[in-house]
Amino acid sequence: MTENRTPAGGTGDRLLAGLAGLAADAPDGLLDRIAARWVSVPGPIGELRVAFTDQGVAYVHAGDGFAEAFRARFGRPLLPAGARTRPPAGLLPALRTGRAAGLRLDLRGMSDFQRDVLETARTIPRGEVRPYAWIAARIGRPKAVRAVGTALANNPVPLLLPCHRVTRSDGAAGEYVFGTPAKERLLLAEGVDLERLRRLAGERVFYLASDTTGIVCFPTCHNARRIAPAHRHGFRTLALARAAGYRPCRTCRPAQGLASQASGPGSGLGGM
Amino acid sequence: MCKALLDDLDEGFAELYAAYRNLVFSTALRLSGRWACAEDLTAEAFLRAYRALAGYDRDRIAALQPRAWLMTVLMNLWRNWARTKARKPPPDLRDEPVDAVDPGQDVEAAAVRRETGDELAELLRQLPEEQRAAVVLRHVVDLPISEIATVLKIPQGTVKSHVSRGLRRLRALGGAR
Repeated sequence: MTENRTPAGGTGDRLLAGLAGLAADAPDGLLDRIAARWVSVPGPIGELRVAFTDQGVAYVHAGDGFAEAFRARFGRPLLPAGARTRPPAGLLPALRTGRAAGLRLDLRGMSDFQRDVLETARTIPRGEVRPYAWIAARIGRPKAVRAVGTALANNPVPLLLPCHRVTRSDGAAGEYVFGTPAKERLLLAEGVDLERLRRLAGERVFYLASDTTGIVCFPTCHNARRIAPAHRHGFRTLALARAAGYRPCRTCRPAQGLASQASGPGSGLGGM
Repeated sequence: MCKALLDDLDEGFAELYAAYRNLVFSTALRLSGRWACAEDLTAEAFLRAYRALAGYDRDRIAALQPRAWLMTVLMNLWRNWARTKARKPPPDLRDEPVDAVDPGQDVEAAAVRRETGDELAELLRQLPEEQRAAVVLRHVVDLPISEIATVLKIPQGTVKSHVSRGLRRLRALGGAR
């Protein structure tokens, strides 16, 4: 900035030279506080665009309109990633394995409610699903089931915060940022047997219990998947399972806030 | 620059940043006297500029004088910042650490900078705000008087008198030491 200078007060003016010397270069990393960076990466449902800041991954997008959607949502410049601005470590493995627990995410600008919802969804393991009402109950807002759906639909980092693992209790996959068919494909790829969940739901079975352990689970809980058919019992509500002497699983935690569900006649599983 | 912004807002912004980052940062640094404040002000000014550009139509962007416009954004930000600071219980500036050194610079360069620049930077902070702004814009970052008038929204004659009073005051302050 100093090379084109023509000192106004003549060459001998130390004050003006001193002032000119007060110019300073902006620190190198400053742009990363202003702009986000983006990369294109392979994902389980095709090519993804991922935006990240110095805080972590901020946005995951599939299909067209990435830059426009990012701008509308974050109001921040979006520049291609460079050699000095790599995406956070672990992004590719997280997308490949569906396990993203250690990945840094930039969740600024999110409401506390949405953050609670998404952080709770983050605890659902790969290969399992939970109902919307379970999230609502876990965050202490049992009546906010619709708001939970909205918060999940607005998830800025789908796949990394696995909102696709929250499904309707009737066995239908439910809404998804990338569309319901993508959600079904993802869940199948993660080993969730949606067909079986729908069959169970058709029989009004939403919980599975084992008479050898005395424990009742969500059907996709890894503990429930181990129950031998001869020892497996289905229940419509948790209250019914409890009345039959089963205690809620400590892994999938179906108890949370759901005990108040309306009770009714349970259904045995018959030929399951 | 305007064409780049019209072609692609994000790429154009990257050009805008590359062209004016040192100008904005130097101004923010010498107005605020703090490295951390200068970083905050610079980041915020560019972010606001981007958000404003995203809302402008093509004609407005095409007619933009990017440098003067960007510096106006910075000066508005600085005025708000200074006003907010003034409302808080006044921290005694003399008790605060003098102008933090760029953590990225090596020790020798920092020492040289300290000897030559810091005393003057400290004097600059003792100027009334409008004189400091005029002197910094004119003699630290070398903007022409006409552009300073636009940025500060005052007549050119007033800019000149702020600059000359500011310089006179700096000489007096420097001589008194």
